Amino acid sequence: MNAGSLSQSELAAAVAQSDRRRESAWSLRFRIITTLILLAIGTFIAVYFNVEATFLASAAPFIAGGISLTIVVALLSIALATALAVLGALGRLSRSATANAIASFYVSFFRGTPLLLQVLFWYLGLPQVGIVLDPFVCAVGALGMNYGAYMTELFRAGIQAVPVGQREAAVALGMSEQTAFRRVVAPQAFRIVLPAIGNDFIAMLKDSALASTVTLHEILWRAQNIGRREFKSLQTLLIAAVFYWIMTIAFSALQSWLERRMAAGDRNRAVKG
Amino acid sequence: MSKPMDLRGATEPHQLHPAEKPGVLVKPGAEPVLKATQIAKWFGDNHVLRGASITVWPGETVCILGRSGSGKSTFLRSLNFLEDPTDGRVEIDGVVVNADPFHTEGKDRAERIRELRMRAGMVFQEFNLFPHLSVIGNCIEAPILVKGMARKEAEAIAEKYLEKVGLLDKRDEYPSRLSGGQRQRVAIARALTMQPKVLLFDEPTSALDPTLVGEVLKVMADLAHEGRTMIVVTHEMDFAHEAADRVYYMDQGEFVEVGPPEQVIDAPQDQRTRDFLARFRTLGTKK
Repeated sequence: MNAGSLSQSELAAAVAQSDRRRESAWSLRFRIITTLILLAIGTFIAVYFNVEATFLASAAPFIAGGISLTIVVALLSIALATALAVLGALGRLSRSATANAIASFYVSFFRGTPLLLQVLFWYLGLPQVGIVLDPFVCAVGALGMNYGAYMTELFRAGIQAVPVGQREAAVALGMSEQTAFRRVVAPQAFRIVLPAIGNDFIAMLKDSALASTVTLHEILWRAQNIGRREFKSLQTLLIAAVFYWIMTIAFSALQSWLERRMAAGDRNRAVKG
Repeated sequence: MSKPMDLRGATEPHQLHPAEKPGVLVKPGAEPVLKATQIAKWFGDNHVLRGASITVWPGETVCILGRSGSGKSTFLRSLNFLEDPTDGRVEIDGVVVNADPFHTEGKDRAERIRELRMRAGMVFQEFNLFPHLSVIGNCIEAPILVKGMARKEAEAIAEKYLEKVGLLDKRDEYPSRLSGGQRQRVAIARALTMQPKVLLFDEPTSALDPTLVGEVLKVMADLAHEGRTMIVVTHEMDFAHEAADRVYYMDQGEFVEVGPPEQVIDAPQDQRTRDFLARFRTLGTKK
């Protein structure tokens, strides 16, 4: 096509059309390749291992029975982690040496040791000093404390990302430091860290598999249990993997929907007032 | 332990500069509403303020001029202790707060600083409106939380001042929807809703697009003419000339020239003031 013979608006339309064509060709290729990968894996499994429909039909519902527990553990753990992270961030930003030292130790220790070790510590270590906790409490406690340490640093960064002028404007109006934090800085910091909390929740869904080590009957425990018994761990682990994967995709979609809504809410609020 | 060192500004009596006389709108016999005595500030080795004093009577507008880095913003921020001065004393409407560089005073001082800040509204260069609150929310947040005012009452006062700055129709907008000039006018209304004794302006038009400066200066001039007490750090010579009862020229942390604008701006005695103002004249600013 000779660009010289086109008017400017025709040129713009032609460019837009060719851009669209290239984009749709790209996403078609993307989908084809994804489908091929899934087909290849499926064929490989079907050919080399014997997949019995009857076994799948009995194992899958049993493993799926752990989904709700996985979600409950992840939700409670992220709630505990969020509460600890708020306290931790306040401690890390505190001028009090005591508060700062406690928070800093917490972050350093719980980020500096393996999560699996921490889970086992609650379950195997504490009973030695007479503290015997329910496996559920062990799992939620260990996951929440560990994630809380990571999220402490996240919240601290979120609070520091609020411009200092906001605090100044608040205290200049006569608010105390606490009121200024609660009413002016914290609400803005919360909006900054909200997407990251969503990411941590999705990571938590998968790390909650560690609860299987303390005999919590969640997805992975069930997959291991039935897999060992029937000597079909490959099948059961794959089933568990698919469940985790679907959950991750579903919660990621939920998260981006929420974020879009929040952004739309901001725009809306900005337009309508 | 007693104080490790004597603080000059905290102990010396407040002294008037010879040119500090009550302005035209001040009621006869009125006492000063703001006295800042010998304010000094060190940032590490950097001596930013070298004992600057100011006296303001109720109803006056005074302007503080000076080059960037002369210390004028630090001085203004010391008046409500957003900067904690190294030495000196501030008294606003009877509330006295001394510098406390060795942190010998306790919680009581923080409480007095809060009392002081309630009497001194501040308008910032960068507006600093609360983005998560609407225009009216910005205005009533502090009166409700700090003064314990009823929401209805706070809204009525806020609406009065929003009308004064010409933005009552934006009452329920959020700051992100406003122009810079509108934001600064909301910030002025927010400060006024606390019904302060003094308004402190920290270069209120320096962050604005040139076309928006006028609307903010107009609001400020109106406030000055109706007898608000204002201290304005600014580079706006025309505003200082028209609205100020007195002009203070700051150089290297000291007020080197004080007087009515006709004198300090039109016929400066101090060489530093002359050099500074000469730059404005070469740009064709009037007079």
